[in-house]
Amino acid sequence: MLEATHLRKAFGALVAVDDVSLRLEAGQIVGLLGPNGAGKTTTVSIIAGLITPDRGEVLINGRARTGDADPLKRKVGLVPQDLALYEELSARDNLRFFGALYGLAGVELNGAMTSALHIVGLAERANDRVKTFSGGMKRRLNLAAGLLHDPDVLLLDEPTVGVDPQSRNAIFDNLEELRRQGKALLYTTHYMEEVERLADRVVIIDNGKVIANDTLAGLGRLLPAPAAPGERVTLESVFLTLTGRSLRD
Amino acid sequence: MELIALLAIIKKDLQLFFSDRRAVVMAFVMPITIASFFGLVFTPRSPDEVAKISAVVVDEDNSAVSRQILSGLTTDKNLSIRAVTAEQARDVVRRGDAAVGIIIQRGFGDAAGRAFFRGTDKPELDLLYDPSHNAELAMVRGLLTQHVMESVSREMFGGQRGQQLIDETLSQLDAAQMSGDQKQLLREMLTSVRKFNAGTGGSATARPPGVTMPYSVREEAVTARGKTPYNGMAHAFAGMGVQFILFAALNFGVEKLLERQRGLFRRFRSAPVSRLTLLAGQMASSTAIGAMVLVASFGFSMLIWRVRIEGSVAGFVAISLACALMAASYGLLIASLGKTPNGARAAAIPATLLMVMLGGAWVPTFIFPAWLQRVTVVIPTRWAVDGFDAMTWRGLGFGDALMPVLVLLGFAAAFLALAVARFRWEDV
Repeated sequence: MLEATHLRKAFGALVAVDDVSLRLEAGQIVGLLGPNGAGKTTTVSIIAGLITPDRGEVLINGRARTGDADPLKRKVGLVPQDLALYEELSARDNLRFFGALYGLAGVELNGAMTSALHIVGLAERANDRVKTFSGGMKRRLNLAAGLLHDPDVLLLDEPTVGVDPQSRNAIFDNLEELRRQGKALLYTTHYMEEVERLADRVVIIDNGKVIANDTLAGLGRLLPAPAAPGERVTLESVFLTLTGRSLRD
Repeated sequence: MELIALLAIIKKDLQLFFSDRRAVVMAFVMPITIASFFGLVFTPRSPDEVAKISAVVVDEDNSAVSRQILSGLTTDKNLSIRAVTAEQARDVVRRGDAAVGIIIQRGFGDAAGRAFFRGTDKPELDLLYDPSHNAELAMVRGLLTQHVMESVSREMFGGQRGQQLIDETLSQLDAAQMSGDQKQLLREMLTSVRKFNAGTGGSATARPPGVTMPYSVREEAVTARGKTPYNGMAHAFAGMGVQFILFAALNFGVEKLLERQRGLFRRFRSAPVSRLTLLAGQMASSTAIGAMVLVASFGFSMLIWRVRIEGSVAGFVAISLACALMAASYGLLIASLGKTPNGARAAAIPATLLMVMLGGAWVPTFIFPAWLQRVTVVIPTRWAVDGFDAMTWRGLGFGDALMPVLVLLGFAAAFLALAVARFRWEDV
């Protein structure tokens, strides 16, 4: 469904992404992990079409994007790390605007808005201004804005930052439902337990390079010493083994 | 699809603008309030109303001539005169309570009378002036010349003291430093004046008025139509309209930086929308806001202050649109060059104020020094304000709107080109 191959992006002397390749299949959630500054957001930005890579390409259903206005972009939805919403507008007006950017209008747009609001549990607050929402509600609306145009691939950049457990759980339920519908999801986060719960595959990236790309079980086998009998291998221990324990700022 | 996105961007920006009460007040209420104030201050209540120059006079001479000068100055419609002592005069001018202080020193009347015919040993009049009122000094100097000439000549042609001075001059003529022919001619003239004075009998009513201005002035304010009075509100609303659409554009530019900071720009860029559509949407919504500010501002001035488009309506509309486009591209330039919203606002406010002041939005540019008037043709606001003046109270035709429109569109194109060149598309 989506294939990124040999992506490279440098900002001056800093190589943010270096020969990154990954695949997303329908009905699959891929966790993208890495320390701060590892290149996760740059990778997501390249896949979303926000940044042009110096090298490599991104194929969506086997085809590369040809420009900013390529309709192929409709196949991809982005849920940015920031709460990219207009606080002064209502939830419905926000979605109406973002839907229009994807060419939705009229009945199609109204149906998409109703569906997205229902999925994230905000149908009853649709006409309220976003500035009256809690942090968790804003996160859910942020997700709804990415889903509105019914993309095949959803890119989620730390979608649960700062939300309460109830909202986070609701978001997980939404994502699992999307997987069941056959969507492909790339999920970036710092929370290992989220990836353990959701991800079918995990890609670990550090210093711009992919250092692991496997299932959770496969990653466990990357540990240098076998785990003690009965000891559970956690994703965090794998992550720290691969990326080291030194602080990243 | 692009059209749907374009219209959505415009609608969203307008929704956001009208949902921000502070922005709406700034854009619509402030220009009307400030322009009304400026207009009331700078518009004469009647065509004959003039702003009198405040001056003080010290009469140390207290002669017939000095008293006549003081009387003439006091009744002059251009002056507001107060008699004070010499010490008070300097203090009053220093404090700015009077623009000019006139000191008529002791013996001035006699000395001026003697100099009137001989042309030598002229007495001095002391003028104290406030250096921030140079224009008033020039005007007072002219008025003083008129009143001194009238008073001295009136006294010489019929006054008692004038008669004594003529006799005195005749008796001293032989010792004067001039040629024999000149002495003879002066003697004949003074003798004739003495006979003339004797013929008038020296009575105040029969006394000739002295040397007076040999002409009177018929004044006509040249505005749109012969009988249309000048309405200072037209200039005030033009200036404030231009100022506040620039401020609206500035706010718009800062809002775009906030959108970038809040990650909204990532959403725009991930959607299948071309860069042209994104920029066109922003330009269109900002231009629409600017045009609405001008419509509201001028609409109010027409309804309440009876400002009229005395010239070309099409020219007025063309200047309004060109001005709104220029302001929109200026806002986009701020969004392109700014790094952070606060930094951009801090840099753009003084730049905008400078543009507004130099463009004549606060006070007309003819008040500026000549070099500054020449320099300000590179300021777009100057063309906007002059263009609106031309179409409103000056009543000029569409041809006179063309140059301001072309210059404003040129500035819009230049700002837009720079904004597009510097726009950080990938800094998301």
